[in-house]
Amino acid sequence: MSVFINKDTKVIVQGITGATALFHTKQMLEYGTKIVGGVTPGKGGTEVEGVPVFNTLAEAVKETGANASVIYVPAPFAADAILEAVDADLDLAICITEHIPVLDMVKVKRYMQGKKTRLVGPNCPGVITPDECKIGIMPGYIHTKGHVGVVSRSGTLTYEAVHQLTQAGIGQSTAVGIGGDPVNGTDFIDVLKAFNEDPETKAVIMIGEIGGTAEEEAAEWVKANMTKPVVGFIGGRTAPPGKRMGHAGAIISGGKGTADEKIRVMNECGIQVAETPSVMGETLIKVLEEKGLLEECKTH
Amino acid sequence: MNIHEYQGKEVLRSYGVAVPNGKVAFSVEEAVEAAKELGTAVNVVKAQIHAGGRGKAGGVKVAKNLDEVRTYAEEILGKVLVTHQTGPEGKEVKRLLIEEGCDIKKEYYIGLVLDRATSQVVLMASEEGGTEIEEVAEATPEKIFKEYIDPVTGLSPYQARRVAFNINIPKELVGQAVKFMMSLYTAFVEKDCSIAEINPLVVTGDGKVMALDAKLNFDSNALYRHKDILEYRDLDEEDEKEIEASKYDLSYISLGGNIGCMVNGAGLAMATMDIIKHYGGDPANFLDVGGGATAEKVTEAFKIILSDENVKGIFVNIFGGIMKCDVIATGVVEAAKQVSLSVPLVVRLEGTNVDAGKEILNQSGLDIVSADSMADGAQKIVSLVK
Repeated sequence: MSVFINKDTKVIVQGITGATALFHTKQMLEYGTKIVGGVTPGKGGTEVEGVPVFNTLAEAVKETGANASVIYVPAPFAADAILEAVDADLDLAICITEHIPVLDMVKVKRYMQGKKTRLVGPNCPGVITPDECKIGIMPGYIHTKGHVGVVSRSGTLTYEAVHQLTQAGIGQSTAVGIGGDPVNGTDFIDVLKAFNEDPETKAVIMIGEIGGTAEEEAAEWVKANMTKPVVGFIGGRTAPPGKRMGHAGAIISGGKGTADEKIRVMNECGIQVAETPSVMGETLIKVLEEKGLLEECKTH
Repeated sequence: MNIHEYQGKEVLRSYGVAVPNGKVAFSVEEAVEAAKELGTAVNVVKAQIHAGGRGKAGGVKVAKNLDEVRTYAEEILGKVLVTHQTGPEGKEVKRLLIEEGCDIKKEYYIGLVLDRATSQVVLMASEEGGTEIEEVAEATPEKIFKEYIDPVTGLSPYQARRVAFNINIPKELVGQAVKFMMSLYTAFVEKDCSIAEINPLVVTGDGKVMALDAKLNFDSNALYRHKDILEYRDLDEEDEKEIEASKYDLSYISLGGNIGCMVNGAGLAMATMDIIKHYGGDPANFLDVGGGATAEKVTEAFKIILSDENVKGIFVNIFGGIMKCDVIATGVVEAAKQVSLSVPLVVRLEGTNVDAGKEILNQSGLDIVSADSMADGAQKIVSLVK
């Protein structure tokens, strides 16, 4: 088991003929992901990397039976691509695209209310269930199959955490990048809920950063509902207020959204927070040991 | 992106939001000329910088005649204003807004901003105008009223009316206040604002509701569809290194320390600053070279880091996922040679082709200190700059 995606997930690549999309389509196919089609308006009927291209997502879904999509469409058109995925009734749409105007996402979020599709992202590295399915841009080889769930607002910090785990002989059930934008589809709580219900996941690493209050809300949720240990890390302790630190959502405004406040709430809610990004893996291992979970989390 | 008050008022005026008449002036002569053209008895001379708190710092003066306009313009133009938002170095005033004076009866606060928790735009209002909204929220949170706006319907008149009554706008002026808020919301959405803050909104003696001040910020991701707003950009208000970085699509922020950082990914870049601080060092900057960094980009990033005179050492921290370590290593070596690097350089490489990358660094003949982990790299650079 895993969350959101597995070996049976059938994926359409939206914007498949762009350079980035092509590169990653190849990588995903090599990893073993079932890429069943692509969409680029006007290029329907052609084929790239052995994958059929369609003019519309509806047609692609009808022809291939896909239940998920990954979006590499440029920012000005990405919100529209998400709407198309929701309209096609997909289970899952993962949006990699960065720099989508935030008011476009406000409309998208509103449109998605009551609809079936789960959106992950935008501005995220994607989702991977090791050895089964990789959807996004993360380097596949650093992952190993196992029992630790990873959820993060940052791509490279996810890789850092996964790498530390793999080095220590701890595998991952699924790693989910929820993205660095202020308005996103899936939030920490959605992923934590899924990990809590997933029998394969024994513990979770949650990686946040400055800006907003999503980490605080997630910590409260963990305290009230989570039956599995969660450890965390928050980036941006030394970030100056009022400056956007690379990610659109990483900004301390009006004294709100500081790392110290997030860490304080997380600690209060029983989440151990790694002192530095170098010890995310170590911190988890210590907690696994305390809970007697270390042996079953080791990949032998 | 930030713009000046006078520019914000231009935008608002074009949407029918009531603002006082005014003109921008770049010199004392222009200031006097502007006051003549306005032809009002009293004028306000306002410093135009991208920071709040101008009044307290002596950047806003009321002039009762043309001589006073001249005196104040001479005093304020070229002056370095230090406010709680400028930092201790302050900001030099290069532009003035000459505006008609108005007879203020009462001040209010109106603001539009994105509420991240609900993914909606929220209208916030208070009758404690002139005070920063954070302070009001701290001291008297019950005096702040909020209306969450459905993006499908937009701000509804009943919501604006409810706000107007809640903050005690005189009832004969509620209609004007509603029109004000509705127009402000239209401007916010159509121009992709990230903040539209009117503080204060005033009610005047002659029965008008208008924006005495205006702070508009824009979503930089949406500027591609607002060429008119882009033209308002004032490079004098921005950090030179940040401007240079933006040309190469690098995300750079000056921090004032002495350890330059070059990292891929925003999260890792923030975490790198944190870990340097954790080991007792002081980061000079945040720099995210992005996922698709080329040798050229790496070189430009090095040049920008080194243009900061405070930098006494550089820490390169790369987790090569899709980006290959050998490509980065080649870029680092090339850059170090081009800029004839004279400060210590610590490089931590991890990920795809890491061995090939380390080999390139070792063979370069350059004095590059290799690190095995983030912690190792941070400790090494901190001890090297001490």
